[in-house]
Formats: sequence, structure tokens, C-alpha cells
Amino acid sequence: MDDVKVIEIKKSIFEDNDRDADELRAELKRKGVYLLNLMSSPGSGKTTTLIQTINKIKGRIRVAVMEADIDGDVDAVKIKDATGIPSIQLHTGGMCHLDAEMTRQGLDNMPMDDVDLVILENVGNLVCPAEFDTGAVRNAMILSVPEGHDKPLKYPLMFSICDVVVINKIDVLPYFDFDMKRCEEYVHMRNPHAKIIPICARTGEGVDALADWLIEEVNNWKNQ
Amino acid sequence: MHELGIVFYIIRDVKKAALENGVEHVRAVVMNIGEVSTVVPDYLTDCWRWAADKEDMLRGCDLRCNIIPARTVCHSCNEEYPTVRFGRKCPHCGSDDTVLLCGNEVEIKEIEV
Repeated sequence: MDDVKVIEIKKSIFEDNDRDADELRAELKRKGVYLLNLMSSPGSGKTTTLIQTINKIKGRIRVAVMEADIDGDVDAVKIKDATGIPSIQLHTGGMCHLDAEMTRQGLDNMPMDDVDLVILENVGNLVCPAEFDTGAVRNAMILSVPEGHDKPLKYPLMFSICDVVVINKIDVLPYFDFDMKRCEEYVHMRNPHAKIIPICARTGEGVDALADWLIEEVNNWKNQ
Repeated sequence: MHELGIVFYIIRDVKKAALENGVEHVRAVVMNIGEVSTVVPDYLTDCWRWAADKEDMLRGCDLRCNIIPARTVCHSCNEEYPTVRFGRKCPHCGSDDTVLLCGNEVEIKEIEV
């Protein structure tokens, strides 16, 4: 038998990404660009919510969108057609999430001198995107009513890293046994500081609150 | 479902460490996987086999997982307890003011060459 040599490494596999993410955030701060990482499960209404929100804020701040998907460009095209703002599609090459390096590559293709806010629509998934810091200033997620109020119990990491939880499709509340009060309780169990914004992207109900929050966030980021 | 993505990060870091140490082939990689890291060791080793065999430096290289038990400390009564059995609520005093001490690790412990 040959001698086996052991080389100690002792390194978290998230370490490099966490460092890249911190560097990206510092760079965004210098440039005065706010990056929002938007996550959710597939079909929760991310793209529709984005279109509604962007149409409310695009006259007040300069917005651009990066769509991340495993494949296809339907979301980027849909956003561009419905809002007229710059929108690019990123492909993750089979990966179930976006990391800080992929986010940076996406931002390199953005008109960074002409935007105040970039919204990153992450891959639809409640597990992997929560583990990889993208370098965003804030994390937001959308939970839709048909998914159920128990999701914060099942996907603890996602809810613990999100600063904002948007509860979408509130127009169908009468048809589901979704308990809003319990949902809020569960979200706050995971993150006591999470802000909860109930909306209906289809009718536009509640979208003003989301738009106002975003504008305030962007202004604070630029001015502090 | 995310194990394959994690495997790509392990491969990247292992290859980097091997190059830094002038190693041409790695025989085994030993991971520390926390009980509440959300990584399933069986899936991780399955994904590893598929992906590692596509790399010259890692062909036939085994991935072994050390499981790190999860422990939580309560800030109200300062007692420690096993996280998997009791979750976030302290079994000693019932407080929710608890913090995970260990068990969240996804780290490369060492490589055998």
C-alpha cells in the first residue's frame, strides 16, 4: 500500500461565496445601487408581482431586473414587454440557485451608472437560494396563499434570512384554509424582524405598500 | 435537492487545495456535515460519485461524511440541549431565546492523497 497523506482543510464550502457577497455589497454601496434578492417557490407570482411593483416605482427611481432560471428567457421578455425597463436573463447552468459570483457576472451586463435599484429574481426554490448569499442588500420572498401558512415551519432557513415576506394571492383567501395570523406568527418565529406585506399581484391590492417600502429602502441605501 | 450544487462547490475547493499542495490525484475527501445543515449525506455522496468521476483529479475519489450533532444553548437559563429532539424551544425552561451552537456545518475537513 502506498502511504496515504492527509491534508487538513477545515473550510466551510460557503466561505468563498460569503466573502464574494460581502465584496459585492461594498461595491454596490460605493456605486449607490441597491440590489434586492427576490426568492420564492415556482408559481408564487414573482414575475407578476415584479411587473405590478415596477410599474408603480419606475417613474420615481431607475429600476432594472435580472431574471435567474435554469433555462428559458420567458420571464425576462415578459418583464421587458410589460414595463419597458432593462431586463436580462441569467442561466444558472443547471444549478438550483444563484451565488455571488454569478450575480456579479449578471451585474456586469447591467447599465450600473443608470440604475438605482436592481431586482434579482432568483430561481424558484425555497431551499438552495437561502444558503447562498448573492451580495444583495436585502432578501425578500413571496409566499402565495395556495402554498399554505405552514411554509415557515418547513423551510426555516429561507424565512430566517428574509427581511420581507410578501404574501401574495390574498384574493383567493376565502377559498383556502390559509390562516394569515398563524402565518405571521410562524414567520416571526423564524425572524422576529421580518416585515410582512400581504398583496394581490393580479388586482394590485397592497402593491403600494411594497412599492413604498422599496423606495424608502433605496433612498436610505443611497443616503446613509 | 441542493446536494449537487453543493458538490460543485466541494469539487472547486478540493481541486484548489490539491493544486496548492502539488497533488495530482485525491483519494478521499472527508466532510463535516452538521445534523441540521439541511444536507442529506446519502444524496451528497450519490451526487459526488456522478460529478467527481468526471474530473481527472477526483476519479474514484471517495467522499465520507462525519456527522456533527446539533446542540443549542438557551439564553434564558444557559442550559444546552440536543437541537434535533427539542427544536428552538428550550426543554429546561421553555424559552424561545435559543441559539444554535453547532450542527450547521458543511465543511471540508480534510483530503487524503
